[in-house]
Amino acid sequence: MKNFGYVKAFSSSEAVHLLDGATATKFIGGGTNLVDLMRENIERPDQLIDVTSLRDREIQETNDGRITIGAAVSNSAVAANDLIRRRFPLLSQAILFGASGQIRNMATVGGNLMQRTRCYYFYDEASRCNKRTKDAGCDAVHGFNRMHAILGCSPSCIATHPSDMCVALSALDATVEIEGRHRQRSIPFTDFHRLAGDTPQIETELQEGELITSVTIPSLEAAQNSVYRKVRDRSSYAFALVSIAAALEIRNGTITTARLALGGVAHKPWRAFAAERILEGSPAIDEVFRRAADATLEGAQGFEHNAFKIELARRLIVSTMSELAQKGGLS
Amino acid sequence: MTQHESGKIDNRTTITLIVNGSQREVELEPRVSLLDALRERLQLTGTKKGCDQGACGACTVLVDGERILSCLALAVQYQGRQITTIEGLANDGSLSALQSAFVTYDGFQCGYCTSGQICSAVGMMREFDSGLPSAVTQDVTAGSGGLSSEEIKERMSGNLCRCGAYVGICEAIRQTHEAGFAR
Repeated sequence: MKNFGYVKAFSSSEAVHLLDGATATKFIGGGTNLVDLMRENIERPDQLIDVTSLRDREIQETNDGRITIGAAVSNSAVAANDLIRRRFPLLSQAILFGASGQIRNMATVGGNLMQRTRCYYFYDEASRCNKRTKDAGCDAVHGFNRMHAILGCSPSCIATHPSDMCVALSALDATVEIEGRHRQRSIPFTDFHRLAGDTPQIETELQEGELITSVTIPSLEAAQNSVYRKVRDRSSYAFALVSIAAALEIRNGTITTARLALGGVAHKPWRAFAAERILEGSPAIDEVFRRAADATLEGAQGFEHNAFKIELARRLIVSTMSELAQKGGLS
Repeated sequence: MTQHESGKIDNRTTITLIVNGSQREVELEPRVSLLDALRERLQLTGTKKGCDQGACGACTVLVDGERILSCLALAVQYQGRQITTIEGLANDGSLSALQSAFVTYDGFQCGYCTSGQICSAVGMMREFDSGLPSAVTQDVTAGSGGLSSEEIKERMSGNLCRCGAYVGICEAIRQTHEAGFAR
Protein backbone atom coordinates (compact mmCIF):
# COMPACT_ATOMS: atom_id res chain seq x y z
CA MET A 1 0.00 0.00 0.00
CA LYS A 2 1.36 3.44 -0.86
CA ASN A 3 1.73 5.84 2.05
CA PHE A 4 -0.66 8.71 2.72
CA GLY A 5 -1.42 11.49 5.18
CA TYR A 6 -4.04 10.97 7.87
CA VAL A 7 -6.20 13.47 9.73
CA LYS A 8 -9.23 13.02 11.94
CA ALA A 9 -12.24 15.33 11.72
CA PHE A 10 -14.64 15.92 14.58
CA SER A 11 -17.50 17.62 12.72
CA SER A 12 -18.83 17.38 9.18
CA SER A 13 -18.01 21.02 8.44
CA GLU A 14 -14.45 20.48 9.66
CA ALA A 15 -14.23 17.41 7.43
CA VAL A 16 -15.31 19.20 4.24
CA HIS A 17 -13.11 22.21 5.02
CA LEU A 18 -10.06 19.94 5.39
CA LEU A 19 -10.33 19.22 1.67
CA ASP A 20 -8.04 21.50 -0.28
CA GLY A 21 -9.09 20.39 -3.76
CA ALA A 22 -5.51 19.68 -4.76
CA THR A 23 -4.58 16.62 -2.71
CA ALA A 24 -6.25 13.34 -3.70
CA THR A 25 -8.30 12.81 -0.55
CA LYS A 26 -10.76 10.18 0.61
CA PHE A 27 -12.97 10.14 3.65
CA ILE A 28 -12.52 6.97 5.68
CA GLY A 29 -15.11 5.37 7.95
CA GLY A 30 -14.66 1.79 9.14
CA GLY A 31 -12.28 1.16 6.24
CA THR A 32 -13.63 -2.34 5.58
CA ASN A 33 -13.76 -1.67 1.82
CA LEU A 34 -11.38 1.27 1.35
CA VAL A 35 -8.39 -0.28 3.19
CA ASP A 36 -8.80 -3.45 1.13
CA LEU A 37 -8.95 -1.44 -2.12
CA MET A 38 -5.89 0.57 -1.10
CA ARG A 39 -3.96 -2.59 -0.34
CA GLU A 40 -4.84 -3.82 -3.85
CA ASN A 41 -3.71 -0.48 -5.35
CA ILE A 42 -7.19 0.17 -6.77
CA GLU A 43 -7.60 3.25 -4.57
CA ARG A 44 -4.49 5.41 -4.15
CA PRO A 45 -5.36 8.48 -2.05
CA ASP A 46 -2.65 10.89 -0.85
CA GLN A 47 -4.67 11.78 2.23
CA LEU A 48 -7.39 10.20 4.38
CA ILE A 49 -9.83 12.17 6.51
CA ASP A 50 -11.17 10.00 9.32
CA VAL A 51 -14.91 10.68 9.75
CA THR A 52 -15.70 7.98 12.30
CA SER A 53 -15.95 10.51 15.13
CA LEU A 54 -18.84 12.49 13.61
CA ARG A 55 -21.34 10.82 15.89
CA ASP A 56 -23.34 13.94 16.74
CA ARG A 57 -26.56 12.71 15.13
CA GLU A 58 -26.71 9.03 16.08
CA ILE A 59 -30.19 7.57 15.43
CA GLN A 60 -32.99 10.03 16.09
CA GLU A 61 -36.73 10.24 15.53
CA THR A 62 -38.05 13.60 14.32
CA ASN A 63 -41.43 15.07 15.30
CA ASP A 64 -43.01 14.00 12.00
CA GLY A 65 -42.00 10.37 12.51
CA ARG A 66 -38.93 10.30 10.26
CA ILE A 67 -35.81 8.54 11.48
CA THR A 68 -32.38 10.02 10.89
CA ILE A 69 -29.29 7.83 11.04
CA GLY A 70 -25.89 9.55 11.31
CA ALA A 71 -23.42 8.52 8.62
CA ALA A 72 -20.82 7.41 11.18
CA VAL A 73 -23.20 5.05 13.03
CA SER A 74 -22.02 1.45 12.66
CA ASN A 75 -24.02 -1.09 10.69
CA SER A 76 -24.41 -3.18 13.88
CA ALA A 77 -25.78 -0.22 15.82
CA VAL A 78 -28.46 0.34 13.17
CA ALA A 79 -29.44 -3.34 13.11
CA ALA A 80 -29.60 -3.41 16.93
CA ASN A 81 -31.56 -0.17 17.33
CA ASP A 82 -35.04 -0.64 18.85
CA LEU A 83 -36.66 2.03 16.68
CA ILE A 84 -35.27 0.50 13.49
CA ARG A 85 -36.25 -3.04 14.53
CA ARG A 86 -39.77 -1.98 15.41
CA ARG A 87 -40.47 0.46 12.57
CA PHE A 88 -38.34 -0.93 9.71
CA PRO A 89 -37.61 -4.62 10.44
CA LEU A 90 -36.54 -5.21 6.82
CA LEU A 91 -33.65 -2.73 7.31
CA SER A 92 -32.41 -4.47 10.44
CA GLN A 93 -32.66 -7.82 8.62
CA ALA A 94 -30.90 -6.55 5.49
CA ILE A 95 -27.91 -5.42 7.54
CA LEU A 96 -27.77 -8.72 9.46
CA PHE A 97 -27.73 -10.60 6.14
CA GLY A 98 -24.61 -8.70 5.04
CA ALA A 99 -20.92 -9.32 5.75
CA SER A 100 -19.91 -10.77 9.17
CA GLY A 101 -20.34 -9.66 12.78
CA GLN A 102 -16.83 -8.17 12.88
CA ILE A 103 -17.30 -6.21 9.65
CA ARG A 104 -20.75 -4.92 10.69
CA ASN A 105 -19.18 -3.56 13.89
CA MET A 106 -16.58 -1.60 11.92
CA ALA A 107 -18.59 -0.54 8.86
CA THR A 108 -20.43 2.80 8.90
CA VAL A 109 -23.69 3.75 7.22
CA GLY A 110 -21.97 6.33 4.99
CA GLY A 111 -19.29 3.83 4.04
CA ASN A 112 -21.90 1.21 3.19
CA LEU A 113 -23.40 3.62 0.63
CA MET A 114 -19.96 4.35 -0.82
CA GLN A 115 -18.67 0.76 -1.02
CA ARG A 116 -17.53 -0.32 -4.44
CA THR A 117 -18.40 -3.38 -6.47
CA ARG A 118 -16.93 -6.78 -5.64
CA CYS A 119 -16.50 -7.64 -9.35
CA TYR A 120 -13.32 -9.78 -9.47
CA TYR A 121 -12.11 -8.02 -12.61
CA PHE A 122 -12.40 -4.63 -10.90
CA TYR A 123 -10.21 -5.96 -8.08
CA ASP A 124 -7.65 -7.58 -10.38
CA GLU A 125 -5.13 -5.09 -11.75
CA ALA A 126 -4.19 -7.53 -14.52
CA SER A 127 -7.75 -7.53 -15.93
CA ARG A 128 -9.35 -4.94 -18.17
CA CYS A 129 -11.92 -2.81 -16.36
CA ASN A 130 -13.65 0.37 -17.55
CA LYS A 131 -14.43 1.27 -13.97
CA ARG A 132 -10.73 1.34 -13.09
CA THR A 133 -9.32 2.68 -16.35
CA LYS A 134 -11.41 4.65 -18.81
CA ASP A 135 -12.01 2.83 -22.11
CA ALA A 136 -9.84 -0.13 -21.07
CA GLY A 137 -12.58 -2.65 -21.85
CA CYS A 138 -14.47 -5.10 -19.63
CA ASP A 139 -13.26 -8.64 -18.93
CA ALA A 140 -16.47 -9.54 -17.08
CA VAL A 141 -18.78 -9.44 -20.12
CA HIS A 142 -17.07 -12.51 -21.62
CA GLY A 143 -15.51 -13.75 -18.39
CA PHE A 144 -16.87 -15.55 -15.33
CA ASN A 145 -19.94 -13.45 -14.64
CA ARG A 146 -22.04 -15.49 -12.20
CA MET A 147 -22.21 -12.57 -9.73
CA HIS A 148 -22.94 -9.93 -12.35
CA ALA A 149 -25.86 -7.73 -13.38
CA ILE A 150 -28.97 -8.65 -15.33
CA LEU A 151 -30.84 -5.33 -15.15
CA GLY A 152 -29.82 -1.91 -16.43
CA CYS A 153 -26.66 -3.42 -17.94
CA SER A 154 -24.33 -1.46 -20.15
CA PRO A 155 -21.75 -2.85 -22.61
CA SER A 156 -19.06 -1.04 -20.62
CA CYS A 157 -19.78 -2.57 -17.19
CA ILE A 158 -21.95 -5.34 -15.73
CA ALA A 159 -20.79 -5.02 -12.12
CA THR A 160 -23.31 -5.11 -9.28
CA HIS A 161 -23.65 -2.99 -6.15
CA PRO A 162 -22.77 -5.31 -3.25
CA SER A 163 -24.78 -3.78 -0.38
CA ASP A 164 -27.71 -5.40 1.40
CA MET A 165 -28.51 -2.38 3.58
CA CYS A 166 -28.86 -0.15 0.53
CA VAL A 167 -31.52 -2.46 -0.97
CA ALA A 168 -33.72 -1.90 2.08
CA LEU A 169 -33.04 1.86 2.10
CA SER A 170 -34.02 1.98 -1.57
CA ALA A 171 -37.35 0.26 -0.84
CA LEU A 172 -37.96 2.63 2.09
CA ASP A 173 -37.69 5.85 0.04
CA ALA A 174 -34.88 7.12 2.22
CA THR A 175 -32.99 10.31 1.43
CA VAL A 176 -29.24 10.88 1.64
CA GLU A 177 -28.21 14.08 3.44
CA ILE A 178 -25.04 15.65 2.10
CA GLU A 179 -22.76 18.44 3.18
CA GLY A 180 -20.34 20.34 0.94
CA ARG A 181 -18.15 23.33 1.62
CA HIS A 182 -20.81 25.76 0.40
CA ARG A 183 -24.14 23.96 0.60
CA GLN A 184 -26.13 21.15 2.15
CA ARG A 185 -28.51 19.07 0.06
CA SER A 186 -30.61 15.90 0.02
CA ILE A 187 -30.73 13.26 -2.68
CA PRO A 188 -33.52 10.63 -2.88
CA PHE A 189 -31.89 7.28 -2.12
CA THR A 190 -33.13 5.78 -5.40
CA ASP A 191 -31.22 8.51 -7.30
CA PHE A 192 -28.05 8.37 -5.22
CA HIS A 193 -26.41 5.41 -6.99
CA ARG A 194 -26.06 5.45 -10.77
CA LEU A 195 -26.32 2.89 -13.53
CA ALA A 196 -23.00 2.27 -15.27
CA GLY A 197 -23.92 3.69 -18.71
CA ASP A 198 -20.70 4.74 -20.41
CA THR A 199 -19.26 6.23 -17.21
CA PRO A 200 -18.97 3.19 -14.88
CA GLN A 201 -16.27 4.99 -12.88
CA ILE A 202 -18.93 7.43 -11.59
CA GLU A 203 -20.97 5.39 -9.13
CA THR A 204 -22.94 7.96 -7.15
CA GLU A 205 -24.30 11.49 -7.44
CA LEU A 206 -21.93 12.64 -4.69
CA GLN A 207 -19.79 15.49 -6.02
CA GLU A 208 -16.10 16.13 -5.33
CA GLY A 209 -15.76 17.60 -1.85
CA GLU A 210 -19.13 16.40 -0.54
CA LEU A 211 -19.66 14.21 2.50
CA ILE A 212 -22.66 12.06 3.44
CA THR A 213 -23.79 13.22 6.89
CA SER A 214 -26.91 11.11 7.44
CA VAL A 215 -29.68 9.02 5.92
CA THR A 216 -33.33 9.86 6.63
CA ILE A 217 -36.18 7.37 6.43
CA PRO A 218 -39.78 8.60 6.23
CA SER A 219 -42.53 6.92 8.21
CA LEU A 220 -44.02 3.91 6.39
CA GLU A 221 -46.95 1.93 7.80
CA ALA A 222 -46.41 -0.88 5.27
CA ALA A 223 -42.97 -1.58 6.75
CA GLN A 224 -44.74 -3.34 9.65
CA ASN A 225 -45.27 -6.17 7.17
CA SER A 226 -41.84 -6.32 5.56
CA VAL A 227 -38.98 -8.73 5.00
CA TYR A 228 -35.49 -9.06 3.51
CA ARG A 229 -34.61 -12.28 1.69
CA LYS A 230 -31.24 -13.19 0.22
CA VAL A 231 -30.18 -16.01 -2.08
CA ARG A 232 -26.45 -16.74 -2.09
CA ASP A 233 -23.90 -19.47 -2.81
CA ARG A 234 -23.37 -20.27 0.88
CA SER A 235 -25.83 -19.70 3.69
CA SER A 236 -23.90 -16.95 5.46
CA TYR A 237 -21.14 -14.41 4.83
CA ALA A 238 -21.52 -14.21 1.04
CA PHE A 239 -22.67 -11.55 -1.39
CA ALA A 240 -26.15 -11.87 -2.88
CA LEU A 241 -26.88 -13.66 -6.12
CA VAL A 242 -30.32 -12.05 -5.80
CA SER A 243 -31.84 -10.38 -2.75
CA ILE A 244 -35.12 -8.63 -2.11
CA ALA A 245 -36.41 -6.01 0.31
CA ALA A 246 -40.19 -5.89 0.34
CA ALA A 247 -43.08 -4.34 2.24
CA LEU A 248 -46.76 -5.01 1.64
CA GLU A 249 -49.88 -3.48 3.13
CA ILE A 250 -53.18 -5.20 2.42
CA ARG A 251 -56.72 -4.01 3.25
CA ASN A 252 -59.72 -6.29 2.60
CA GLY A 253 -57.67 -8.42 0.22
CA THR A 254 -56.46 -5.45 -1.83
CA ILE A 255 -52.84 -4.26 -1.84
CA THR A 256 -52.79 -0.64 -0.69
CA THR A 257 -49.02 -0.14 -0.52
CA ALA A 258 -46.22 -2.17 -2.07
CA ARG A 259 -42.47 -1.54 -1.84
CA LEU A 260 -40.00 -3.71 -3.65
CA ALA A 261 -36.25 -3.49 -4.32
CA LEU A 262 -33.75 -6.07 -5.54
CA GLY A 263 -30.04 -6.53 -4.76
CA GLY A 264 -27.34 -8.40 -6.69
CA VAL A 265 -28.94 -7.67 -10.06
CA ALA A 266 -27.72 -4.22 -11.12
CA HIS A 267 -25.07 -1.53 -10.79
CA LYS A 268 -27.32 0.02 -8.10
CA PRO A 269 -29.97 -1.22 -5.69
CA TRP A 270 -32.85 -1.91 -8.08
CA ARG A 271 -36.14 -0.37 -6.99
CA ALA A 272 -38.96 -2.22 -8.78
CA PHE A 273 -41.29 0.72 -9.49
CA ALA A 274 -43.04 -1.13 -12.35
CA ALA A 275 -43.95 -3.99 -10.02
CA GLU A 276 -45.28 -1.60 -7.37
CA ARG A 277 -47.60 0.03 -9.91
CA ILE A 278 -49.08 -3.37 -10.79
CA LEU A 279 -49.38 -4.48 -7.16
CA GLU A 280 -51.02 -1.39 -5.67
CA GLY A 281 -54.79 -1.53 -6.06
CA SER A 282 -54.74 -5.18 -7.13
CA PRO A 283 -55.86 -8.26 -5.18
CA ALA A 284 -53.08 -9.99 -3.19
CA ILE A 285 -53.02 -13.17 -5.25
CA ASP A 286 -50.27 -15.19 -6.97
CA GLU A 287 -51.35 -14.19 -10.47
CA VAL A 288 -50.78 -10.52 -9.61
CA PHE A 289 -47.43 -11.35 -7.99
CA ARG A 290 -46.36 -13.16 -11.17
CA ARG A 291 -47.33 -10.18 -13.32
CA ALA A 292 -45.36 -7.88 -10.98
CA ALA A 293 -42.33 -10.20 -11.25
CA ASP A 294 -42.59 -10.33 -15.05
CA ALA A 295 -42.74 -6.52 -15.22
CA THR A 296 -39.61 -6.27 -13.06
CA LEU A 297 -37.62 -8.68 -15.20
CA GLU A 298 -38.78 -7.25 -18.51
CA GLY A 299 -35.66 -6.24 -20.40
CA ALA A 300 -33.40 -8.35 -18.17
CA GLN A 301 -30.27 -9.58 -19.91
CA GLY A 302 -28.45 -12.77 -18.94
CA PHE A 303 -24.78 -13.47 -19.63
CA GLU A 304 -22.95 -16.82 -19.90
CA HIS A 305 -22.96 -17.64 -16.19
CA ASN A 306 -25.76 -15.56 -14.71
CA ALA A 307 -28.84 -16.05 -16.92
CA PHE A 308 -30.29 -18.18 -14.08
CA LYS A 309 -30.69 -14.99 -12.05
CA ILE A 310 -33.62 -13.89 -14.21
CA GLU A 311 -35.81 -16.84 -13.22
CA LEU A 312 -34.38 -16.79 -9.70
CA ALA A 313 -35.37 -13.14 -9.23
CA ARG A 314 -38.84 -13.84 -10.65
CA ARG A 315 -39.43 -16.70 -8.19
CA LEU A 316 -37.99 -14.74 -5.29
CA ILE A 317 -40.41 -11.89 -5.94
CA VAL A 318 -43.45 -14.20 -6.17
CA SER A 319 -42.57 -16.24 -3.08
CA THR A 320 -41.72 -13.17 -1.00
CA MET A 321 -44.99 -11.46 -1.99
CA SER A 322 -46.95 -14.62 -1.15
CA GLU A 323 -45.26 -14.82 2.24
CA LEU A 324 -46.01 -11.17 3.02
CA ALA A 325 -49.60 -11.53 1.75
CA GLN A 326 -50.16 -14.42 4.16
CA LYS A 327 -48.66 -12.52 7.08
CA GLY A 328 -50.33 -9.21 6.18
CA GLY A 329 -53.70 -10.75 5.35
CA LEU A 330 -53.93 -12.25 8.83
CA SER A 331 -53.18 -9.09 10.77
CA MET B 1 8.01 12.33 12.09
CA THR B 2 5.37 15.04 11.99
CA GLN B 3 2.20 15.51 13.90
CA HIS B 4 0.60 18.92 13.28
CA GLU B 5 -1.51 20.79 15.77
CA SER B 6 -4.62 19.82 13.77
CA GLY B 7 -3.77 16.18 14.42
CA LYS B 8 -2.60 15.63 10.88
CA ILE B 9 -0.08 12.84 10.46
CA ASP B 10 2.07 13.02 7.32
CA ASN B 11 4.47 10.23 7.77
CA ARG B 12 6.04 8.09 10.45
CA THR B 13 4.79 9.10 13.86
CA THR B 14 4.45 7.82 17.39
CA ILE B 15 0.96 6.94 18.58
CA THR B 16 -0.33 5.44 21.80
CA LEU B 17 -2.41 2.29 21.70
CA ILE B 18 -4.08 0.83 24.78
CA VAL B 19 -3.58 -2.91 24.47
CA ASN B 20 -4.75 -5.37 27.13
CA GLY B 21 -4.95 -2.54 29.63
CA SER B 22 -1.44 -1.15 29.02
CA GLN B 23 -0.54 2.04 27.18
CA ARG B 24 1.91 1.15 24.44
CA GLU B 25 3.79 3.67 22.31
CA VAL B 26 4.35 2.57 18.76
CA GLU B 27 6.09 4.31 15.87
CA LEU B 28 4.38 3.75 12.55
CA GLU B 29 3.12 5.17 9.25
CA PRO B 30 -0.64 5.74 8.74
CA ARG B 31 -0.78 2.79 6.33
CA VAL B 32 0.14 0.24 9.02
CA SER B 33 -2.79 -1.99 9.93
CA LEU B 34 -3.72 -2.63 13.55
CA LEU B 35 -2.84 -6.26 12.89
CA ASP B 36 0.73 -5.41 11.80
CA ALA B 37 1.09 -2.92 14.66
CA LEU B 38 0.16 -5.65 17.16
CA ARG B 39 2.26 -8.41 15.62
CA GLU B 40 5.30 -6.66 14.16
CA ARG B 41 5.72 -3.64 16.45
CA LEU B 42 4.33 -4.84 19.79
CA GLN B 43 5.31 -8.52 19.36
CA LEU B 44 1.80 -9.64 20.28
CA THR B 45 1.82 -12.53 17.83
CA GLY B 46 -1.20 -14.33 19.28
CA THR B 47 -3.35 -12.44 16.75
CA LYS B 48 -2.91 -14.17 13.39
CA LYS B 49 -2.71 -12.97 9.80
CA GLY B 50 -4.77 -15.24 7.56
CA CYS B 51 -6.06 -13.63 4.37
CA ASP B 52 -5.22 -9.99 5.21
CA GLN B 53 -8.36 -8.96 3.28
CA GLY B 54 -11.24 -9.38 5.70
CA ALA B 55 -12.38 -12.80 4.55
CA CYS B 56 -11.19 -15.25 7.22
CA GLY B 57 -11.51 -13.72 10.72
CA ALA B 58 -8.12 -14.98 11.99
CA CYS B 59 -7.11 -11.43 12.96
CA THR B 60 -10.20 -10.74 15.12
CA VAL B 61 -9.54 -8.59 18.21
CA LEU B 62 -11.85 -6.70 20.58
CA VAL B 63 -12.06 -2.91 20.61
CA ASP B 64 -14.04 -1.41 23.50
CA GLY B 65 -15.51 -4.91 23.85
CA GLU B 66 -16.63 -5.19 20.21
CA ARG B 67 -15.07 -7.68 17.80
CA ILE B 68 -13.40 -6.25 14.70
CA LEU B 69 -10.98 -7.37 11.98
CA SER B 70 -7.56 -5.91 12.75
CA CYS B 71 -6.34 -6.51 9.16
CA LEU B 72 -8.86 -3.99 7.76
CA ALA B 73 -8.21 -1.50 10.56
CA LEU B 74 -5.61 1.26 10.31
CA ALA B 75 -3.77 1.47 13.66
CA VAL B 76 -3.95 5.30 13.64
CA GLN B 77 -7.75 5.06 13.78
CA TYR B 78 -7.65 3.15 17.06
CA GLN B 79 -5.73 5.55 19.32
CA GLY B 80 -7.30 5.81 22.77
CA ARG B 81 -9.54 2.74 22.31
CA GLN B 82 -9.40 -0.30 24.59
CA ILE B 83 -7.88 -3.06 22.44
CA THR B 84 -8.03 -6.63 23.73
CA THR B 85 -6.12 -9.45 22.04
CA ILE B 86 -6.01 -13.15 22.84
CA GLU B 87 -3.08 -12.40 25.19
CA GLY B 88 -5.44 -10.27 27.28
CA LEU B 89 -8.16 -12.87 27.82
CA ALA B 90 -6.43 -15.14 30.33
CA ASN B 91 -6.72 -14.19 34.01
CA ASP B 92 -3.36 -14.09 35.82
CA GLY B 93 -1.94 -16.77 33.58
CA SER B 94 -4.89 -19.17 33.82
CA LEU B 95 -7.12 -19.74 30.80
CA SER B 96 -10.53 -18.08 30.61
CA ALA B 97 -13.62 -20.30 30.66
CA LEU B 98 -13.96 -20.08 26.88
CA GLN B 99 -10.28 -20.88 26.30
CA SER B 100 -10.59 -23.94 28.55
CA ALA B 101 -13.74 -25.01 26.73
CA PHE B 102 -11.85 -24.91 23.40
CA VAL B 103 -9.39 -27.40 24.93
CA THR B 104 -12.11 -29.59 26.48
CA TYR B 105 -14.31 -29.78 23.36
CA ASP B 106 -11.51 -29.99 20.73
CA GLY B 107 -12.28 -26.58 19.28
CA PHE B 108 -9.12 -26.61 17.14
CA GLN B 109 -6.66 -28.78 15.30
CA CYS B 110 -3.77 -26.72 13.88
CA GLY B 111 -4.69 -23.75 16.07
CA TYR B 112 -4.07 -21.01 13.53
CA CYS B 113 -7.65 -19.64 13.52
CA THR B 114 -8.16 -20.22 17.25
CA SER B 115 -7.25 -16.83 18.70
CA GLY B 116 -9.57 -15.18 16.15
CA GLN B 117 -12.32 -17.71 16.91
CA ILE B 118 -12.04 -17.06 20.66
CA CYS B 119 -11.93 -13.25 20.43
CA SER B 120 -14.83 -13.37 17.97
CA ALA B 121 -16.86 -15.64 20.26
CA VAL B 122 -16.30 -13.33 23.24
CA GLY B 123 -17.65 -10.39 21.22
CA MET B 124 -20.44 -12.50 19.74
CA MET B 125 -21.73 -13.67 23.15
CA ARG B 126 -21.74 -10.08 24.34
CA GLU B 127 -23.73 -9.04 21.23
CA PHE B 128 -26.17 -11.88 21.80
CA ASP B 129 -26.63 -11.03 25.48
CA SER B 130 -27.30 -7.38 24.59
CA GLY B 131 -30.25 -8.54 22.43
CA LEU B 132 -28.76 -8.07 18.95
CA PRO B 133 -30.68 -10.30 16.53
CA SER B 134 -29.03 -12.25 13.68
CA ALA B 135 -29.98 -13.26 10.15
CA VAL B 136 -31.51 -16.50 11.49
CA THR B 137 -33.49 -14.83 14.30
CA GLN B 138 -37.16 -15.42 13.45
CA ASP B 139 -38.47 -12.05 14.63
CA VAL B 140 -36.05 -9.11 14.79
CA THR B 141 -38.63 -7.06 16.72
CA ALA B 142 -38.49 -9.59 19.59
CA GLY B 143 -35.49 -10.50 21.76
CA SER B 144 -32.87 -12.94 20.54
CA GLY B 145 -34.12 -16.05 22.42
CA GLY B 146 -31.66 -18.84 23.25
CA LEU B 147 -28.19 -19.23 21.78
CA SER B 148 -28.99 -22.25 19.58
CA SER B 149 -26.44 -24.03 17.38
CA GLU B 150 -28.06 -22.34 14.39
CA GLU B 151 -27.53 -18.92 15.97
CA ILE B 152 -23.90 -19.73 16.84
CA LYS B 153 -23.15 -20.88 13.28
CA GLU B 154 -24.68 -17.76 11.76
CA ARG B 155 -23.03 -15.37 14.21
CA MET B 156 -19.60 -17.03 13.86
CA SER B 157 -19.68 -17.27 10.04
CA GLY B 158 -16.97 -14.61 9.74
CA ASN B 159 -14.41 -17.01 11.24
CA LEU B 160 -13.17 -19.75 8.94
CA CYS B 161 -11.43 -22.93 10.11
CA ARG B 162 -9.61 -24.82 7.37
CA CYS B 163 -9.19 -27.87 9.65
CA GLY B 164 -12.96 -28.05 9.96
CA ALA B 165 -13.10 -27.98 13.76
CA TYR B 166 -16.47 -26.26 13.60
CA VAL B 167 -18.36 -28.88 15.62
CA GLY B 168 -15.94 -28.49 18.55
CA ILE B 169 -15.87 -24.70 18.21
CA CYS B 170 -19.68 -24.47 18.36
CA GLU B 171 -19.84 -26.84 21.31
CA ALA B 172 -17.16 -24.91 23.25
CA ILE B 173 -19.08 -21.67 22.72
CA ARG B 174 -22.48 -23.21 23.53
CA GLN B 175 -21.23 -24.80 26.76
CA THR B 176 -19.45 -21.63 27.87
CA HIS B 177 -22.48 -19.45 27.21
CA GLU B 178 -24.83 -21.92 28.88
CA ALA B 179 -22.63 -21.97 31.98
CA GLY B 180 -22.94 -18.19 32.14
CA PHE B 181 -19.34 -17.30 31.33
CA ALA B 182 -19.68 -14.69 28.62
CA ARG B 183 -15.91 -14.25 28.78
